[in-house]
Amino acid sequence: MANTTVDQVQADEAAEDKNAEAVAATKRAKRLGISFWLPVGWLSLVGGAAVFANWLGLPDPGDADFLSIQSPPSAEHWFGTDVLGRDILTRIVYGARVSLTVGFAAPLIGMVVGLILGLLAGYYRGRVEAMIVSTMDTVLALPALVVLLLFSAIFGGSLTTVSVGLGLLFIPAFARVSRANTLNFAEREFVLAARAMGAGDFYIIVREILPNVVLPVIAFALVAVATAIVVEGALSFLGLSVPSPTPSWGGMIAEGREHLQETPHISFVPATVMFLTVLSFNLVGDTLRSRIADVRESAI
Amino acid sequence: MRFVLVRLRRLVVVMFAVTLLTFLLVNILPGDIAYDIAGQDASEEEVQQIREDLGLNEPVLIRYFTWLGGVFTGDWGKSFRTGEPVMEAILSRFPVSLQLMVVAQIFALLLALPFGIISAYRPGGVMDRFIAGAAFFCLSIPPFMMAILLIFLFALFLQIMPATGYEPLSAGLWENMRFFILPALSFALAEWTVLMRVLRADMIGVLQQDYIAMARAKGLPTLRIILVHALRPSSFSMITIFGLQVGSLIGGSIIIESIFALPGVGRLLINAIYARDFIVIQGCVTFIAAAYVLVNFTVDLVYALLDPRIRVEGARG
Repeated sequence: MANTTVDQVQADEAAEDKNAEAVAATKRAKRLGISFWLPVGWLSLVGGAAVFANWLGLPDPGDADFLSIQSPPSAEHWFGTDVLGRDILTRIVYGARVSLTVGFAAPLIGMVVGLILGLLAGYYRGRVEAMIVSTMDTVLALPALVVLLLFSAIFGGSLTTVSVGLGLLFIPAFARVSRANTLNFAEREFVLAARAMGAGDFYIIVREILPNVVLPVIAFALVAVATAIVVEGALSFLGLSVPSPTPSWGGMIAEGREHLQETPHISFVPATVMFLTVLSFNLVGDTLRSRIADVRESAI
Repeated sequence: MRFVLVRLRRLVVVMFAVTLLTFLLVNILPGDIAYDIAGQDASEEEVQQIREDLGLNEPVLIRYFTWLGGVFTGDWGKSFRTGEPVMEAILSRFPVSLQLMVVAQIFALLLALPFGIISAYRPGGVMDRFIAGAAFFCLSIPPFMMAILLIFLFALFLQIMPATGYEPLSAGLWENMRFFILPALSFALAEWTVLMRVLRADMIGVLQQDYIAMARAKGLPTLRIILVHALRPSSFSMITIFGLQVGSLIGGSIIIESIFALPGVGRLLINAIYARDFIVIQGCVTFIAAAYVLVNFTVDLVYALLDPRIRVEGARG
């Protein structure tokens, strides 16, 4: 959404990391702590369940158990059942497919296209750069959520429209990050050396610059995954993501809204799962980002 | 001055792009609005007549420029569903959205200021780490989820706040404000974290300045040093972020307004989307985009006023 905000905060955090955490960084052992491995464990669990959903012996996500409608968690239904008597655990597992597909596809689209544009802008400068930067600025100036709402209202909510729409909106942020990093490297000695040895532009961009630019971009992508999951959740909450019988976390939260009083678990179980997943991606992304910053500083 | 002109030119380009894009997109919305309006029993001629009346037979670009001409003369068209003039519909709902955003940002500031100052006072200390943890926690709860949580806690469990609804200001200040507290908190509980982090980062730097050491040496009370000497120079970046957040709230208000049944612009838009009411969608998106672009433009200007380096850089871009 407010990509400028994200950039700014990241810049500020980077500066702040240098000041306040210089001492802490040396104190902190090279090992990754529990705040890294616990989220990784949770994400593996969710990811594994989503991938192997068909082999877990769960009922069909559409199967309604009319004898236990809106029942609280029990031995038979670990997370209870929803308004139609469908097993919430099953629907969460299948809903994870939607969240994770959008969560990975959208940042991937944004990253690939953004990386290419950023490399081109940062390497060639001049007119190419001016054109790319001004187009990106125009896209950044759009209210993203509004555009996305419109997009899925028009093309119908589906995994493809949400992933592609969100992916397109991610492009400017990725282009900015990769352009800024390309600018750092394009004038360095090793690039000059490669050129002196007769390397072409394509070779220089792909073999000399890309390896240096790709790390910070990937770190940024992890944060984008969390954002993508949240936005997909918001869209399916509004009923503008995947259509109804397909389970999605946002849709499940919305379905339980009318029954918060009697059976809050219908909303709260998917909400908790989504919260833990977003939190995990944020934590992992944050750790990796400061790692990359550490590595780079020690290299310089 | 050149900076302002460059930004102003971009603003015009963006608005043109947004409105044209919206018009084209809305135009390919599935379903024929004329059939919907005419009803099931209408004859082909009646449907044709409705198309004629709405100008739907014209090519899309002609219709766009007709509409664009109308925008400047205050004629934003009439809702296909209710016949309500679009501009009036938007303007009558705008105060609700504005109030929501203002209250939300006030809450966010009220949280960010004390926590940011406490964190910056002893970076790495117990309070700092606790607040950083809490901020991470809050940041991972999207506003629509926070809204559900708040409704459950305060409206259903404690029953001290209304879950949904709206009373105009004429019903009394408290009657009116009651309905804004939970929606505004849904935003504020996520927004404060960003403000807090920026304030903390800046203030850590400011507190290391010599003049702060000087003030300490004079024996001034700590609270006075922080509030009078350190807060102002520490809050420039926070003010910028604050402005940019208003932009993102404009988009987010669509969800929050529809959860809490607040009659704002966001809810008007989402209902228009559900009802496929083209001209209202077009009007709302234009209005929201204009507000968004104008807010960002103003933030840029304010930032440039505060920091001369930006003026030079920005004019080049």
